Amino acid sequence: MIETLLHYLQYPFVRYALIVGVLIALCSSLLGVTLVLKRYSFIGNGLSHVAFGAMTVATVLGVSNEMLLVLPVTVACAVLLLSAGQRAAVKGDAAVAMVSVGALAFGYMLMNIFSTSSNLSADVCSTLFGSTSILTLTVREVILSIVLSVLVVAAFVLFYHKIFAVTFDESFAQATGTDARMFNLIIAVIIAVIIVLAMNLVGSLLISALVIFPALSAMRVNKTFLSVTVCSAVLSVVCALLGLLISILGGTPVGSTIVAVNAVAFGIFSLIGRLKGGVSHA
Amino acid sequence: MALLTVQDLTLGYEGHILAAHLSFSLEEGAYLCIVGENGSGKSTLMRTILGLQPPLGGQVLFREGLTGSHIGYLPQQTAIQRDFPASVEEIVLSGFEGRRGLRPFYSREEKVMARENMDRMGILPLRASCYRELSGGQQQRVLLARALCAARKMLLLDEPVSGLDPRAAGEMYDLLEGLNREGMALIMISHDMAAALTYASHILHLGQQIFFGTREAYCASDLGRRFIRREEDGL
Repeated sequence: MIETLLHYLQYPFVRYALIVGVLIALCSSLLGVTLVLKRYSFIGNGLSHVAFGAMTVATVLGVSNEMLLVLPVTVACAVLLLSAGQRAAVKGDAAVAMVSVGALAFGYMLMNIFSTSSNLSADVCSTLFGSTSILTLTVREVILSIVLSVLVVAAFVLFYHKIFAVTFDESFAQATGTDARMFNLIIAVIIAVIIVLAMNLVGSLLISALVIFPALSAMRVNKTFLSVTVCSAVLSVVCALLGLLISILGGTPVGSTIVAVNAVAFGIFSLIGRLKGGVSHA
Repeated sequence: MALLTVQDLTLGYEGHILAAHLSFSLEEGAYLCIVGENGSGKSTLMRTILGLQPPLGGQVLFREGLTGSHIGYLPQQTAIQRDFPASVEEIVLSGFEGRRGLRPFYSREEKVMARENMDRMGILPLRASCYRELSGGQQQRVLLARALCAARKMLLLDEPVSGLDPRAAGEMYDLLEGLNREGMALIMISHDMAAALTYASHILHLGQQIFFGTREAYCASDLGRRFIRREEDGL
């Protein structure tokens, strides 16, 4: 088995997949805790559908580097959804659902009408579940992913304490002089970048899993914000690596394998949390 | 100039006025209790003073040099916080966040001050504990220690003893009284009439009629006597 693995590692596309996969897993896990605790899990899901819609538009228009269109559109939607949610709490939820389903339908329709490929359903499937895109990365995409990941991690480290303060108690933060609205915006932008990045790895339907699972697992057993954050980052990277290796060796689809590994990890962590006792469910 | 001056303030949400022509001022070291029925605008007043909500009219003035970053705030607990995975120390330190600007990490002085505030609130031994595993009274003291990290002169408290058992509530009042003696001005929303009449220097009554004055004047007023009697009957 090791030999097969080493044999595969000789191919550059496998190495790219591993590098980008690990980076994406790291980034996506960082804000998971904030999203779960702020009850924003659903926004990540909605944004991934928006990214799917934008991706199809980019394909139809024949944009050479799709990310250049997908990224700004997703960031704009993230900002819109979050600020709408602040103004009218009742409408926030419905707005997310509307935008996400709308983008999904619109994207599929566009793909159908302007399809250039002979195998449409495979194309759609690949965009939604990311079945092969991680293995077909070009050098330029790899570099772009690395740059974006570094930016995400840097922004997170720099604003770590602010993000904590705004997540734990938005009114207190705002009242004592932190610009909570601006940091909500920063959080939204980071989420959008992460989602566009993660589309390569798991496809747009499974992104939420990548964001939410490691955070939920880490919250089962850890008691401080720092340890939850570190644990979910490590766990996410380990799960992504495991998932990638399993899918390379076993020929299973990359995205769903990674999510499945995450789900198993969640089960194990829940069990550990239960055995240690005391930590209630979030 | 007074520490805080509220001038002809109109409170409420779009198209719905809760209180109008509200004016009062507080000196350093005052202990103000805001009382009144539910929906009379107590929390709205507090949010307006904190700048979380714009007033419909009038203005809130602080003494020169006193800004949002010198005021501590003890909000009511939210559902999110009850199961938040964070240690006591992490939460207390976050009180410094507002005036830290964009400096990414806490300084040594801030860590020392956070420890002092935890010590004052009697939660220093718990500093590595998980917030969600503490009792209600302990959680409230953590939030108070955090507020102290932000506060220089003034502390605003939104029903600090709600949900606490009588003993924890008593301890909370003792802590607050101690802070007030050290010169911290307190503004507290309270449903606990007995405590308000024991500790407060001033009372603000919101409702159909508005009263502002010293505790003694409130007890002597018609409005005060009626409200006190009704609260006592209700208990």
